[in-house]
Amino acid sequence: MGKMSVNLCGIELDNPIIPASGTFGYGYEFAELYDINILGTFSFKGTTKDARFGNPTPRIAECTAGMINAVGLQNPGVEKVISEELPKLKKCFNKKVMANVSGFSVDDYVYTCEKLDKCEQVGWLEVNVSCPNVHGGGMSFGTSPEAAAEVTKAVKAKTTKPVIIKLSPNVTDIVSIAKACEEAGADGISLINTLLGMRIDLRTKKPVIANKMGGFSGSAIFPVAVRMVYQVANAVKIPVVGMGGVSSAEDVIEMMLAGATAVEIGAANLVDPFICRDIINELPSVMEKYKINSLSEIIGGAK
Amino acid sequence: MKQSFFEIKSNTALTDSIMKMELKGDTSEITRSGQFINIKLEEKFLRRPISVCDCEGDTVTIIYKIVGAGTEQMSRKRKGSLDILTGLGNGYDTSLSGEKPLLIGGGVGVPPLYMLAKKLIGEGKKVSVILGFNTKSEIFYEKEFADLGCEVTVTTVDGSYGTKGFVTNAMDREYSHIYTCGPEPMLKAVYNESKTSGQFSFEERMGCGFGACMGCSCKTLYGNKRICKDGPVLLKEEIIWEK
Repeated sequence: MGKMSVNLCGIELDNPIIPASGTFGYGYEFAELYDINILGTFSFKGTTKDARFGNPTPRIAECTAGMINAVGLQNPGVEKVISEELPKLKKCFNKKVMANVSGFSVDDYVYTCEKLDKCEQVGWLEVNVSCPNVHGGGMSFGTSPEAAAEVTKAVKAKTTKPVIIKLSPNVTDIVSIAKACEEAGADGISLINTLLGMRIDLRTKKPVIANKMGGFSGSAIFPVAVRMVYQVANAVKIPVVGMGGVSSAEDVIEMMLAGATAVEIGAANLVDPFICRDIINELPSVMEKYKINSLSEIIGGAK
Repeated sequence: MKQSFFEIKSNTALTDSIMKMELKGDTSEITRSGQFINIKLEEKFLRRPISVCDCEGDTVTIIYKIVGAGTEQMSRKRKGSLDILTGLGNGYDTSLSGEKPLLIGGGVGVPPLYMLAKKLIGEGKKVSVILGFNTKSEIFYEKEFADLGCEVTVTTVDGSYGTKGFVTNAMDREYSHIYTCGPEPMLKAVYNESKTSGQFSFEERMGCGFGACMGCSCKTLYGNKRICKDGPVLLKEEIIWEK
């Protein structure tokens, strides 16, 4: 086992670095830029049962130290992901990929997860019960312990691969939702999805984003993410994947000290497409600086 | 696509709100007119996508409008280096131009047409250009296009210079293909007025600028496209007007 390797739900990662869903497409775009096999893994674009165009544009707004997006789960649908996207990925990525899944009903989640569970390339199912950008679904499953547990239980009953439930920070008590998912059989928890936010254009006096509101991400949300990862990691026994504003090797270590077994990197990829490669390259020297021999030893080290 | 640092060679005002910046660096990924570069400003989270006006040797020229805090900060820079992604977007295809292409630019949509005009003239085409502005004080690059050997018509909405009205008021002529860039209402008017095939360059708020985030998607008759990666140039035949 290498100094940077971690074990996520029974699968060994060379390092804890995972580009987050929605910021890395289906991988092959980034493979033109660098060898993506250096990554721990990556979480592919949120996939639904049917193809979706997503929300009207503008979908993006600038913020201080962050951005708002309201893409709305644009994706070609699970059949095409399996028949077109995964074969393309196979040519440039030889590790297990994390399949990110969203839905509008429990049956949707089960349908899509069941299909992806059968794909040899898929290592984990990351079930997104926290998308803030679609109505009547997504986040509504992640805002109550009962609904989150219902999705978890239904997906677990029909799949064999580790199921990681991706949680929303837009809740009163994230710990109770994480615990409900654990009790329902989840193999891991990932958090945080974006914070619901909004910008208004002073010139037009209207919301910048066509959908009015969207998910706020970027370095500004990092302290919120660290706090929530810490709370959840201390309340559950299953592994936690931490994300939210991570943009440096130091941030990765901080997130792991808070309790993350692996760390997803989202918005930072959109500003600096090489950031995950650079963080992986910088981690050894930053570990040395802080006298860390092995990353797996520091998980949850901040008590 | 390439990420590299460019030195600011100059940054000067062309009008009250339009700036011209020359940058020196690795331009190897800038292969077509109509492409854009994406500039990181230390004060801002997202990069600023700006179309390429010209590219010669190791120098790339951009012309940008001061519209918000980001471009305002950019306008005050006189030296130093900028972290830039180059080689973004599909750009214009000159092989479809025919012998007498017509180039139509509106306001800050004019700059990418300059490098295109240069390329077309180099290929021996007879190039006509219509440059549309609101008023006389906003006009830039009329002489630069004429110096390339283009036949130039300027229109102003208020009639303070050239032909009064919109660019479409100057389109009654013979041409083989349309190339255009400008605000969406102008693109739509040109689309409705045009009698030939054409290439239309669109603008949209972008997250990444290189196809990762799906922030700038649009629907076309050839399927969903990302303005940043599959565009910004769309063929007339594939455009769906939604707004």
